Amino acid sequence: MGVLGTSVKRREDAALITGAGKYTDDLTLHGMVHAIIVRSPYAHAKILRIDTDAARQAPGVLAVYTAADLAAAGLPGVVPTAWLLPDIKTPEHPILAKDRVRHVGDGVAVVVAESRAAARDAADLVLVDYDPLDAVVDPKKATADGAPQLFDEAPNNIAFDWNLGDEAKTEAAFQSAAHKVEVDLRNNRLIPHAIEPRACLASFEAATGELTLRMTSQNPHVHRLLMCIASLGLPEHKIRVITPEVGGGFGSKIHHYPDEAITAFCAMQLKRPVKWIATRSETNLTDAHGRDHVSKAELALDSGGRITGLRVHTWAAMGAYLSTFAPAVPTYLYGTLLSGQYDIPAIYVRVWGTFTNTTPVDAYRGAGRPEATYVVERLMDLGAQEVGMDPAAFRRLNFVPNDQFPYPTQVALEYDSGNYGGAMDRALEIADYEALRAQQAERRTKGGKLLGIGFSSFIEACGLAPSQVAGALGAQAGLWESAKIRVHPTGTVTVYTGSSSHGQGHHTTFAQIVADRLGCGVEQVEVIHGDTAQVQFGMGTYGSRSAAVGGSAIATAVDKAIVKAKKIAAHLLEAAEEDIVFEDGQFHVQGVPSKTQAWGDVVLQAYLAHNLPEDMEPGLETTSFYNPANFTFPFGTHIAVVEVDPETGEVEIQRYIAVDDVGNVINPMIVEGQVHGGLAQGIGQGLWEEAVYDESGQLLTGTLMDYALPRAHKLVSFETDRTVTPCPHNPLGVKGVGEAGAICSPAAISNAVLDALAPLGVRHLDMPLTPEKVWRAIEASKGGQH
Amino acid sequence: MTQRISVTVNGQLYERDVEPRQLLVHFLREDLELTGTNIGCETSLCGACTILMDGQAVKCCTQLAVQADGTTITTIEGLAQNGQLHPLQEAFREEHGLQCGYCTPGMIMTSAYLLQENPHPDESEIREALKGNLCRCTGYHNIVKAVRRAAEGGA
Repeated sequence: MGVLGTSVKRREDAALITGAGKYTDDLTLHGMVHAIIVRSPYAHAKILRIDTDAARQAPGVLAVYTAADLAAAGLPGVVPTAWLLPDIKTPEHPILAKDRVRHVGDGVAVVVAESRAAARDAADLVLVDYDPLDAVVDPKKATADGAPQLFDEAPNNIAFDWNLGDEAKTEAAFQSAAHKVEVDLRNNRLIPHAIEPRACLASFEAATGELTLRMTSQNPHVHRLLMCIASLGLPEHKIRVITPEVGGGFGSKIHHYPDEAITAFCAMQLKRPVKWIATRSETNLTDAHGRDHVSKAELALDSGGRITGLRVHTWAAMGAYLSTFAPAVPTYLYGTLLSGQYDIPAIYVRVWGTFTNTTPVDAYRGAGRPEATYVVERLMDLGAQEVGMDPAAFRRLNFVPNDQFPYPTQVALEYDSGNYGGAMDRALEIADYEALRAQQAERRTKGGKLLGIGFSSFIEACGLAPSQVAGALGAQAGLWESAKIRVHPTGTVTVYTGSSSHGQGHHTTFAQIVADRLGCGVEQVEVIHGDTAQVQFGMGTYGSRSAAVGGSAIATAVDKAIVKAKKIAAHLLEAAEEDIVFEDGQFHVQGVPSKTQAWGDVVLQAYLAHNLPEDMEPGLETTSFYNPANFTFPFGTHIAVVEVDPETGEVEIQRYIAVDDVGNVINPMIVEGQVHGGLAQGIGQGLWEEAVYDESGQLLTGTLMDYALPRAHKLVSFETDRTVTPCPHNPLGVKGVGEAGAICSPAAISNAVLDALAPLGVRHLDMPLTPEKVWRAIEASKGGQH
Repeated sequence: MTQRISVTVNGQLYERDVEPRQLLVHFLREDLELTGTNIGCETSLCGACTILMDGQAVKCCTQLAVQADGTTITTIEGLAQNGQLHPLQEAFREEHGLQCGYCTPGMIMTSAYLLQENPHPDESEIREALKGNLCRCTGYHNIVKAVRRAAEGGA
């Protein structure tokens, strides 16, 4: 049996369990100094004056810079958006605010000093005169006439007005519907909270003009590109981005932010290495947030419970500026997923992306797909209620049947494969569904804590993406991935991948892909990523794309190396190339297993070049730029079982069952770990997490004291299982798993809590389902005033 | 103005002059170059910086270096003995109890304290003991398994 599909222990761990792993803040360079960024305390204000004199004179201070200094140095000085929609408004986002700040945390100056403490002391001495302006924080209210305006070029704060699907056909479906369901939904704003705050260590070689950035990045080449063309104006080949160990990302370390560019500018000016480390509260104010949708969702049904139409209107917060991939998230990663697992003949979605005086919003684990799943799966429960069906049976009735694949949806995607009933069956079996319902019925008779059972059947489009499709949809980048296979003269292999790991275990799983194909041990394979000077190019790690796109690039590059090695083997064995078989690390002639050449011998010959086929170059090194043929479509059904205490509103998770189909699996241990982590984040969204702004734009949940992350004692051990429907269009048959848990679980948890509350007449509550919110709903159902 | 402290860290005695306002975590990371102890929140809420001080689990981002004067400290770097990983370190690797690894030193140190106080905890006791340590990657599932494994001596 090959090494693919086995739980190889992670080679990453030896450093990380002993404290030897080096994250950005663990690095020190000779002569290093420290930057602190002075940030706006106002959500919206004019900058009248910045007085840096006192700060400049403080002990240990080397420099204080403002936007004026960036302009004087001739820096392009902006942070661009990399996804353009039709008629999108893209107001300038300067890396330091010029005359106006638009969210709390907007940077206005930077102080550099010999020590972090000296820089922090001096930052307090920077005096900024602000003229506060009215702020707007709600994505729908921002579009009202008379709302405070963030940018003159974006009337009513509308960055884009986007739609997908057939409006007239959908309207006709609603006109003729036997049943209609409508619900207003709020998808709560989240803060990603990688436990390692963002960080950057910049160093500049004046003699050569080379800038090196060691930074927390999920995609170092993308950061280099955006840094070069929009922020710094340095030539791309003079910038090197290195990612040391990266302590989690979940999307937040995809985006190009001002802070790393500011740090680079300081290093270039001072000719000394400069380190900037975000505090947790800075992270909360500046890392791109996730979600924050206000939606109206409607479902049309025939008399038998078949869905005939689905319509959604969504106001999606962009925050104060358009972040890197922000415009794609509530459009092509959201609207396209609104068919869910269901055969829906008419769909229409319209989305307004709006500016608000808040931290920018961009991709966070799932990115658009959790929002879509939440809309669809809340509607499924409400639809089932409307027609008086069991929620599992209602879903099954409307699933795309297995014989309909490939299935073109009404919202631009073509699902290549699926077995939705299979995952549902498995989840019901693990849950022992009938027994659970019997238990619930008994509980409802006897009283006491309320038992709720919640479903979520999700689909995601991941493995981003066919580049030509992404380009047609507005991406300012191709979404392929690259891999280089360098076979050394002794036969061992170094893999250079553009997919940059930050906890996913690429060193292990990517080595498994190579070892499986070459029939060697994983210890024969080294994986290099996260350094633009070593790796050719890469799009990075996000969108559950590392295995499906990055892994496929590696598989393709290995296969190319085998093709060349086969030619050499054929030459050495004096046989025709097509007669050569490669298995278990040996080349032999078909039907003559005794006539062999070992991989190592063939490779050595490639480097000796003493006896190569005519016209063949020496060496053995291959590169693949793998452009996926389609998205991949993981799916699954999750079941949450919760208990609600009617006296306190407290929700206790009893069980969580997750059946996912992510296609073939490289390393089951790592796949399960990814599911667990996603579940915790999604359950966090469902029950506890919410970034809350007051009307003036102050973030009320700016610390971990106020923003409730999932903790160990609030969660349970998860019950996970898989069905396997391989991806039909990539060489590994893998689909991606990083986001599944976070996409599916908010809806499952919400549906479970609302199932518990259904007998009380509570129809819908927005996430997070905190004890207070649940308790108020219970009390209100009794007719009380709370 | 500085103040002299003497502190034993991972078996070695250090005497250093420190600023009274210097945090213990900065002393360990910057003065002693023990960067295994990570900083996640500076407010004692995430637990990434957990160390053992005189046998107690302590979040050293909200301790001053001067408060450590005269104490004995163990950090993640000091957990392995004679080249042998601590059973918790082994168990975290065996059970995939870490992904990005940033919270891991704190998780392991808190778990070490737990097992010292309660060598055979059940799942709910483990979860209760770890509630002051945040992990954003694992959903705690495999961390709990790792601690159980270490407690059962199965590492």
